[in-house]
Amino acid sequence: MSQTTSRKKPPRVGDNPLFRRSLIGIVLVLGALLILAPLIIIGVEAFSKGWQVYIGTLNHPDTRHAIMLTVTTALIAVPLNTIFGVAAAWAITKFDFRGKRLLLVIIEIPFSVSPIVAGVAYLFVYGLQGLFGPLLDAYDVKILFALPGIVIASMFVTAPFVARELIPLMQAQGRDLEEASTSLGASGWRTFFSVTLPNVKWALLYGVVLCNARVMGEFGAVSIVSGNIRGQTNTLPLHIELLYHDYQATGAFASASILAVIAVFTIIAKVALERQGAGRRMKTAETVTAAAAPQGIRP
Amino acid sequence: MKIRLDSVIKTFETFRAVHGVSLEIDSGELVALLGPSGSGKTTILRMVAGLEYADEGHIYFGDQDATDIPVRDRGVGFVFQHYALFPHMTVAENIGFGMKVSKVKRDKAEIARRVADLLRLVRLEGLGDRFPGQISGGQRQRVALARALAVDPKVLLLDEPFGALDANVRHDLRRWLREIHQELGITTIFVTHDQEEALDLADRVVILKEGKIVQQGTPQEVCRDPKDAFVLKFLGDANRLTGEARGGRAYIGAADVAAAPGVVDGPAEIFARPRDLDWSKTGPGIAATVDRVLDRPGERRIIATASTGEALEFDVEPECDVSAGETGFVTLRRAKVFSLS
Repeated sequence: MSQTTSRKKPPRVGDNPLFRRSLIGIVLVLGALLILAPLIIIGVEAFSKGWQVYIGTLNHPDTRHAIMLTVTTALIAVPLNTIFGVAAAWAITKFDFRGKRLLLVIIEIPFSVSPIVAGVAYLFVYGLQGLFGPLLDAYDVKILFALPGIVIASMFVTAPFVARELIPLMQAQGRDLEEASTSLGASGWRTFFSVTLPNVKWALLYGVVLCNARVMGEFGAVSIVSGNIRGQTNTLPLHIELLYHDYQATGAFASASILAVIAVFTIIAKVALERQGAGRRMKTAETVTAAAAPQGIRP
Repeated sequence: MKIRLDSVIKTFETFRAVHGVSLEIDSGELVALLGPSGSGKTTILRMVAGLEYADEGHIYFGDQDATDIPVRDRGVGFVFQHYALFPHMTVAENIGFGMKVSKVKRDKAEIARRVADLLRLVRLEGLGDRFPGQISGGQRQRVALARALAVDPKVLLLDEPFGALDANVRHDLRRWLREIHQELGITTIFVTHDQEEALDLADRVVILKEGKIVQQGTPQEVCRDPKDAFVLKFLGDANRLTGEARGGRAYIGAADVAAAPGVVDGPAEIFARPRDLDWSKTGPGIAATVDRVLDRPGERRIIATASTGEALEFDVEPECDVSAGETGFVTLRRAKVFSLS
């Protein structure tokens, strides 16, 4: 902007051209090396032996099963976590109760714990030698090394996503709208669906998109609780690892390309949602403060 | 609808917000709850609305005990301080919301007709399709009022209705609210910390301090006969002088400065509004030195220090010839004396 004017202006802080260019250069090089190059390699390697091999790999029963399992897990875990996130955000922002801060901290735990720790912990809770193991076994309920275990582990890892998006926004909005709605005679459900939800829908969708991406990509916790049984309890990320260890590079990359495509769609959705958030912020600057727009990428 | 509060108590955590308030509001009356922040006025309003529950005491709507009726069924219209308009709905949808969610089913045409009526009442015809973010603060305030009126409330409750508006708009809206009240005759309670607003608008002013009612009465009653120093100071600027009451007169040193009917003998505080002090170059009166003179369109304000060390601020005629550094005498044309003992 500043260089369009012909008059010489004193440089602002950090406005030295050399400094600016080298900074941009470093970021571009690092971005290319760390992000772009791997993505390109996935594409190149996946198709290195041609379309037939690519399609063939994806059509392999084990791969198909892994895809189905991943989708199924997401279809169960994401809606459940969405409900959990909305409920937690609602409770924290609209009610006063003891232990509110504690609940906030608990919601955050999955962000700070390595997923593999969660996996091991579940092993000890639901495993045969674990807390509920014998009981579950007696009733012939299989949690570990089966779909329920995978879903539970995925839910643990992604529990904070929706809640974290909603809490700051709902806090900024306060309780006035809900109080107004109730004073006008609306029921609790009506208030939620007509007043609360429309005002947080973009943040909610944003959380859901991130949650979904994480569920589909989750490796650590799931690898422990699923038992890695090929064609049975392998999700897509686990399947990729397996193929890689079997020296099936093309297969690994072909499967990885699916996750990469999901990632690209996630980013597109994320940017689109941020646009919505920004637009909304301008329209209702009065009632919704800066917290309205989902900000940045969280871990 | 007649409203009655009977020794209502509300405590938050450890802080007692309302200490046993009893109050009667007649049907069709327009009442102001006036007090500084933390006086419990908003809490009282929210309890009448049912947005908070009283810990003890009762609230009656007419003969019905409404203490435990939830806000949803209480039939009040509440106007929030920041309006709380639904940002994703148009003005018309906002106003129609209460009718749409009501247990009493109305058809769309009926709702639309009533919304149009209300838009006319609050003089916002033609703005029904706008969103709250697209109209001015004063207009939002009127939408909030129309939305509250749409549900045919038994009582209209307004929380700091003009707090967020600038002075001009505030003045117009005040007059307009008074007109609407006259037209609809609905029992109305509003909360304010602005004494001028309360005095201008209300039939009756209830003055609160630390969760208790200090005084209530018509604007005339509370202005002319404030019950104590707090009410007097809260209602407007006043000079405070300490002196002594003796046989129904107030003295500062040897000077007899004001009448003090019914004040017990002993130390007393004497209050006088800026307009009620006179300035003269010769005595008698309280000796004072002028520190500054502020010129204003209608008067000259003198800031002075009395010989007793107390600061004085008072207004004199624009023609009065006085300047900083001068000494002279102050007399009280009108004063209010309260015993300090």
